[in-house]
Amino acid sequence: MIPTNFEYFAPATIEEALQLLDQHGEDAKLLSGGQSLIPVLKLRLAAPTAIIDIGRIAALKQISVSGDTIRIGANATHADIARHAELKQHCPLLGETAAQIGDQQVRNRGTIGGSLTHADPAADWPAAILALDAEIVARSSQGERVIKATDFFVDVMTSAVQPNEIVTEIRVAKPAQPQAAVYLKVPQAASGFALVGVAAQLTLNNGKCEAASIGVTGLGPKAFRATTLEAALRGQALDDSTVSAAAAKADAETADALEDIHASGDYRRHLARVYAKRAVQAAAARA
Amino acid sequence: MSFLAKYIGQKVKRTEDPRLIQGIGHYVDDIKLADTLHVVILRSPYAHARINAINTDAAKRVPGVVAVYTGADVAGKVGNVPCAMAHPELKVPAFGVLAQTKVFFVGHPVAAVVAQNKYQARDAADLIDVDYEPLDVVSDGEKAAQPDSPVIHEEFGTNIALVHNAGVGDIDAAFAQADKIVTQRLVHQRLAPISIEPRGVLAQYFPGEHQLNLWSSTQIPHLMRTQVSLMLGMPENRVRVVTPEVGGGFGCKLNVYAEEALLGWIAMQLHKPVKWIEGRRENFQATIHGRGQTGTVQVAVKNDGTLLGLKYDVIADIGAYHQLLTPAIPTLTGLMLSGCYKIPAISMKCTEVFTNKMSTDAYRGAGRPEATYLVERLMDCVARELNMDPVELRRKNFPQPDEFPFTTACGVIYDSGDYEKALSKALTIADYQKLRDEQKAARAAGRVMGIGVSTYVEICAMGPSAAMPAGGWESATIRVEPTGKVTVLTGVSPHGQGEETAFAQIVGDMLGIDMNDVLVVHGDTAVVQYGIGTFGSRGLAVGGAALVCATEKVVKKAKKLAAHLLGADEASLTFEDGKFVGAPDDKSLTIQEVALAAHTAASLPEDFEPGLTATHFFEPKNFTFPSGTHICVVEIDRETGELEIKRYIAVDDCGNQINPLIVAGQVHGGIAQGLAQALFEEVVYDENGQLLTGELMDYAVPKAHQLPRYELDHTVTPTPVNPLGAKGVGEAGTIGSTPAVANAVIDALAPFGVKHVDLPLRPEKLWRMMHN
Repeated sequence: MIPTNFEYFAPATIEEALQLLDQHGEDAKLLSGGQSLIPVLKLRLAAPTAIIDIGRIAALKQISVSGDTIRIGANATHADIARHAELKQHCPLLGETAAQIGDQQVRNRGTIGGSLTHADPAADWPAAILALDAEIVARSSQGERVIKATDFFVDVMTSAVQPNEIVTEIRVAKPAQPQAAVYLKVPQAASGFALVGVAAQLTLNNGKCEAASIGVTGLGPKAFRATTLEAALRGQALDDSTVSAAAAKADAETADALEDIHASGDYRRHLARVYAKRAVQAAAARA
Repeated sequence: MSFLAKYIGQKVKRTEDPRLIQGIGHYVDDIKLADTLHVVILRSPYAHARINAINTDAAKRVPGVVAVYTGADVAGKVGNVPCAMAHPELKVPAFGVLAQTKVFFVGHPVAAVVAQNKYQARDAADLIDVDYEPLDVVSDGEKAAQPDSPVIHEEFGTNIALVHNAGVGDIDAAFAQADKIVTQRLVHQRLAPISIEPRGVLAQYFPGEHQLNLWSSTQIPHLMRTQVSLMLGMPENRVRVVTPEVGGGFGCKLNVYAEEALLGWIAMQLHKPVKWIEGRRENFQATIHGRGQTGTVQVAVKNDGTLLGLKYDVIADIGAYHQLLTPAIPTLTGLMLSGCYKIPAISMKCTEVFTNKMSTDAYRGAGRPEATYLVERLMDCVARELNMDPVELRRKNFPQPDEFPFTTACGVIYDSGDYEKALSKALTIADYQKLRDEQKAARAAGRVMGIGVSTYVEICAMGPSAAMPAGGWESATIRVEPTGKVTVLTGVSPHGQGEETAFAQIVGDMLGIDMNDVLVVHGDTAVVQYGIGTFGSRGLAVGGAALVCATEKVVKKAKKLAAHLLGADEASLTFEDGKFVGAPDDKSLTIQEVALAAHTAASLPEDFEPGLTATHFFEPKNFTFPSGTHICVVEIDRETGELEIKRYIAVDDCGNQINPLIVAGQVHGGIAQGLAQALFEEVVYDENGQLLTGELMDYAVPKAHQLPRYELDHTVTPTPVNPLGAKGVGEAGTIGSTPAVANAVIDALAPFGVKHVDLPLRPEKLWRMMHN
C-alpha cells in the first residue's frame, strides 16, 4: 500500500479519540478494522492527513446482553459476533449475518461499527440491522445521540454519522421470537459483497404473521426496510401464495436499482423478490 | 533406465513448503540492499491518446525524489520490449519501455519516478502533468479487424498484425461429404493470470566491474538475461539475473517486460540499487492477459457421428503491442484443433488484431484451452444435432492405442495415448448411466441438472527446439561434492511446481542416497548453466529428463573410478542402492566414497578427470500429449440462475508420476483456474478502453469456498519421448475443466432450448436463458 502522507494516532479512550477528531475535523479518518479504509487509502481515493485508530479502544469491543437489550460495541469484529454464544441464543440473526461477511480474514479484522459507518450499499450488516430495528449510538464531544437504523443509511457510502462523531455501540431489543429470523444473500463472486441480501425477523402467532421486519441490501443506493412487503404479510397466514405475492413487492421502496458489470438492475430486483420470499419462508420454518 | 523406487512414485511432501508456509522464503521484495531507491511508474489513464507535453517540474521538487524519467530520456538508449516470434508478415510495433509520442492502453508506462522511498515516488508521480489528447479507441477485436476501424499503429495502416493459417487435409472435400455441418460462434474471454505475488524487479549496478545484477520474479531467468542485455547493450556475461522465490506465474512471468530493462538502465544511471514492486492495480493493467479469441467453428460430420472436418475462423484480440510470445499463442490453438479425435481435415484462419488493451500472452494452457474448449463444446453441439450421447460420439472418434504415434491434421504427432481408458474410469467413478437417470428424474421434477464431459488432450513438454522461438531443450548439472552431498543445477525455474522435491526424488533413487542430501539450485544465471525455464508443462518432462541423463553420466564416471579403486573389471560392477558391487572379495564402494576419491584424486585411472560432476543438455524429440477425462455435474437454481457444482471428477493421464502429491496439487490448482474461467473470471474493458475489472473486488479469482470437492484419479500411459516417461501436468487441469463445466451447464439448460452460452456462466446469464 502506498497511501498519501498521514499522521497516525492511536487513542486509548473514546474521549481522547473525540478530542483528536475535533482537532483534525474533516481531514481525519477513523480506522477500526481497516477493511474499508485501507483499500480506499491504497487507491488514493481518500487522502486524510490524520488517521485516528480507534481499534485499540477496549471499551468499544464489549458485547453484552442484559434485560431486554443487546449491546454490541462498535469495535466488535464480525468474527466476535459470529461466535458469541449469548447472541446465538437471544438474536441468532446477528451471528448468521456476521458469518456471511467476506471471508474469515475479513471477519477477523472488520468491525460492525466500521462497516455500518462506511454504508456500502452492498454490505451485509445493514439488512440485519434494519430487520432488527436496531439503534446506533454515536458520540461526539458534544454528547451522545441515538440513531434509528431506518434513519442511519442516507445514500451510497453515506451514513448519518457526522464527521465529528464516533459510532460507539449498536443496540438491539431482544426479538420476541429470536429463531424466526434469517439472513440470505447472493454474493458477488469477486468481492463477496451482496448482489442482494435479505434479512427477515418475524413474530408469529398461531400460524399468522403478527409482525415482519425485512431489511434489504445490495439492491438500491442504500439498504432499506421493505415496508410494502412487511405490510402485505402483517396479519396473514404465511402460505406460499401470500408470501409470494407479498415478496413480489420486495423492491417497491427502491426507485433506482444498482447496476454494474456483476448484475443488472432488473436481475437485482428479481433476486430481491425471490430471496425475500425465501427469507420469509425460512424464518417462518425456523420459528 | 531403472530406478530404485524408494522415492519415485511416492507422495513425498514438498521440501519447499516449510519455508513458504512459515513466511520465511525470499521473494524479490524481501531482498534488501543498502541505499536502494524506489521506483514508481506513472501509467496512462487513457487507452489511446497523444502525449502533447509532459511536465515533471513539480514531481522533481518533491523531497526525496532523485530522478524522473520520461520517454524522451530512454529513446535510443533502451531497446524495445522484445517479441520472440519471427514471422515475415508479422507487424511488430516499436514498444518502448516508456511511451514516446502516444499511449496505446490503460497502464502504458509513461514516466518513472525514482525516490528514496516509494511514498515519495508515488506522491511525485501524482504531480506529473501529462497533456494527453485523447484519440479514437479500438477496444473490440472484431471491430478492430474491420476496414473502417480507426487504426492504432498508423505506420501499418491496419490493425491486423498477422493472419495465421493452419491445418492440413482436404477441408472442402470433407465439408462436401458431410451429412451435417454444425456451426457455433464461441468467445474465449480475456483472463488475468493473477499470481499472488505480482511482478517485481531489483537492479544493482557496479560501475567499476561493469556488472548489472537483476532480481526479477520471472519464469525465465536466462532468456531474460539475454533479452535485457540486448535491450541495454550490455555484454550478456555482465548481466546476472537472479530469480528468488516466485509467488506464482501461470505464464504471466514467461515474459520480458518494460520494467526489467528500465530498472537496469536506471540503476546504471544512478549507480544505486533501484527497486520496483508492482501493485495489484498495475498487475491488472500492465501484466499480460490470456485467451481473448472470438471465432466461429464449423464441424463436418456423418450421420453416424464420424467426424470429417473442422474449420475455425477466429479473431485474436492481442492488445496494443506484442509481448514476448503474444502472436505465437493463437498458433498453439492451431496445433490442437484435432482434440483427441480422428479428424481428417482441419483448417484454421486466425486473424490477430491490435486493440487498445494490454497484450495477451501465455496464461496457463496458453492457446490450448481455447482449442480444447472449442473442440469439446462442438462435440456436444454435434451430439445434440445427431441425437447421440456425447460420450458415444467422443468414443467413436478416438484413435485407438495401437494407432499411436498418431499424426493429426494439425501436423503434430501425438506420442502415446489411451483415451478410452481414462474415459471409462471417469464414467465408472461418476456412475454415468445413473447420473443420466437422475437427470431424467430431476427434469421431470422441474429441476435443472446437467452433466458435462470433456475428453481432452494437450501439448506439453515444450518442446523440440525447431518448434520453439528460443530453443526447447533443457539443461542440468549434477555435482557429487567431496562429502557425498549432491548439488543439482537445473535450467528450469520452478515457481510452485515442486521441482526441488521431485528432482531430489529422482536423484535420490538414481544414486541410492537420501533425497535430503540433494540440493536443487535454480534461478541464478551466475550459478546455473544456461537453461530455457519453466513453462508449457516442461519442468519435469524436459528439465527432469536432462537431470536423468546428467545423473547417468555421473554414475558412469563413478563406475569407472570404482572399478579402478576396487581393482575390478568395470563390466563386472553393478550400481545398486548407492553402492558399486560385484568386485572380487565382495568389496564395494559407496557413491560417497567414490566422490571423495574423485576429489582427493590420489589414485585415478588414466585420462580420468578429477571431480564427479556431469552436465547434460536434453533435446526432446517431440512434444508430449497428456490427456484425460473430466466430468462435471451441476444443478442450476431455476428461479435465480445460481449454480452449484454437485460433483467434479477428473481422470488425468500425465504418464509416469514422480510425485503423485505434486501431481494432485497441480490438478487441483489447474481445475480451480479452469473452472473459474467457466464460471467467474473475465477481464472487462469498456468501449473507451477503460479496465472495469481492475481490482480483486471486481475480478473474480476463485476462493476455496467457491470450489467443489474434486474426485481425482489417473491412468498411466508413459511417453516414449523422454527417459522418465512423464508427460507434464502443470496445465492439464486448466485445459480439461473449462469445457466440462460449460458442457454441464449447457446440458442442464437443454430443456430450455439453449444450445450455447458464452463464458463466464454467471447466474444472471443463466437466469435469462431460462426465462427469456
